[in-house]
Amino acid sequence: MDLLTASMSETRKAIAEKKISAAEVTKYFLNRAEKLNPSLNAFIKLNPDCVKQAENIDQKIAKGENVGVLAGVPFGIKDLLCTKGIETTAASKMLTGFVPPYDSTVVARLKNAGATIVGKLNLDEFAMGSSNESSFHGVCRNPWNPEYVPGGSSGGSASAQASRLVMGTIGTDTGGSIRQPSSFCGVVGIKPTYGRVSRYGIVAFASSLDQAGPMVSSVQDAALTLEVIAGQDELDGTTSAKPVEAFSKNLSADLKGKKIGIVKEYHNSELVHPDIRKTYEQALETLKSLGAEFVEVSIPLTKYAVSMYYLISASEASSNLARYDGVKYGYRSDFKDLSGLPLDEFYAQTRAEGFGKEVKRRIILGTFCLSSGYFDAYYNKACQVRRLLRNQYDEAFAKCDAIISPVSTTPTFKIGTRVYDPLKMYLNDIFTTSTNLAGLPGMSVPFGLTSDGLPIGIQLTGHHFQEQKILNVAYALEQNSPVKGKTPSVY
Amino acid sequence: MSNNQPSDKFNKDVIQKIANLARLRLSPEEANEFSEQLSKIIIHFDEISNIDTQGIEPLITPSEIEYSTREDVAKQNFKAEDMVANAPEKQGNLFKVPPVV
Repeated sequence: MDLLTASMSETRKAIAEKKISAAEVTKYFLNRAEKLNPSLNAFIKLNPDCVKQAENIDQKIAKGENVGVLAGVPFGIKDLLCTKGIETTAASKMLTGFVPPYDSTVVARLKNAGATIVGKLNLDEFAMGSSNESSFHGVCRNPWNPEYVPGGSSGGSASAQASRLVMGTIGTDTGGSIRQPSSFCGVVGIKPTYGRVSRYGIVAFASSLDQAGPMVSSVQDAALTLEVIAGQDELDGTTSAKPVEAFSKNLSADLKGKKIGIVKEYHNSELVHPDIRKTYEQALETLKSLGAEFVEVSIPLTKYAVSMYYLISASEASSNLARYDGVKYGYRSDFKDLSGLPLDEFYAQTRAEGFGKEVKRRIILGTFCLSSGYFDAYYNKACQVRRLLRNQYDEAFAKCDAIISPVSTTPTFKIGTRVYDPLKMYLNDIFTTSTNLAGLPGMSVPFGLTSDGLPIGIQLTGHHFQEQKILNVAYALEQNSPVKGKTPSVY
Repeated sequence: MSNNQPSDKFNKDVIQKIANLARLRLSPEEANEFSEQLSKIIIHFDEISNIDTQGIEPLITPSEIEYSTREDVAKQNFKAEDMVANAPEKQGNLFKVPPVV
């Protein structure tokens, strides 16, 4: 079995049948991560204890006990999800040294299913960014070309997965942070419907937008991982009681008669890079040849999605990040003497030193939007328009099974070349942010390469809790992808 | 308005006031930079102010699922030592902070 290309279920089967041990599999990936990570900086921290986890799986199998559907499958976890006993930093100085006393529900469910945790993956600080350049632990590199960014905020997940340092990774997505890096690194990433996956134990950025999801090597692995992590959780009151379907068993590439929505407002967007346009048009041709039908849908308010997104996410972030006060956990400024120190000064100095610039910028913007006199004009107004946007999506999905679009306007770019430009930032996230605002599931599936040989993904968006529909379209695209089997040179 | 003249909404005084609300100290350079950048962002936001939203209930969470309730049963999942283990400074099982009264 070639562990670099094996699916999760193949690997699990081989382990259960004792053709290979879980310990061998996990050691293989741990060694690979140890060897390749210094040049990629995808992992913030490796977890050598993962070998013990794997040995436990082997012992269970030896005793004839039942093991989970991910038994012996090594995972990397974005360092935004709490892992019991393993430092969790959110790529911020503010949380450096923080060792959670509990697992996030996503990690607990992966472990219950038998997955081993190889380490914690790099990201933009507090998941705020789209290039992984704002990480306190340094920039992560794209394995297709180390001069390029892996995207973000889940850049470490995308980089580690594309270079197969693990069999699967978990990312999180607040405005595109699973889909954009998946596109930039050529992996499959799915952001589930809001409420599908528990947010318990995930460092909060914007609570009404955040969702965790798989970033993996194939649609099959994405479906299987999603099955494991999805479902109601009494520790997160916003999770849905809807049953979790057998996504991986139900996968079907039969697109005959399936209706694919094309968003009128996106179709002739001049913002889109020519290589991305070419990939998008190729995807449309492929879908047509497979018997899918196209339906034009109109979602005029997507034009305002990025404005709404930054306003709402910054507002929620400013509230969520108020908890970093230098008292309970994390960073505290090095005060020589606490007696006589005004409390406000204690907070302000600790936070000034603990947060990076991008985080500060969003705290200021969010605090402004929520402050007296501006709340109605900004936060409340954005939430009203947000409802209208969701209504437009409801109308669109009455006519189609899935919406197809590019993931981002540009492919990956060179490290250090994107200076902070608010307007450029708006343009980049135009295709991904509305999905989070409306709470819809969305995914990226690899479908092309730029003229420089860098990956390009295609985005599929579904109606609430219709993950199966977008997984099926992605499955069909994957089987007919012009980049099927193409891997970066680190292989 | 030129790029170098931030709107009044986000002049340096406003930024400092907001920073105080957020308990966040900003350097004069940061205040300057944010004043300029956030002014541009706020101008961009203003495009949504013309959308008619009269009578529209704000959508504060996207899927409006039916929230379930559960019995409020006390559980002890963590020991006090675990909860203070990450504190930057502590005394026994207590967090150490500056005088607050």
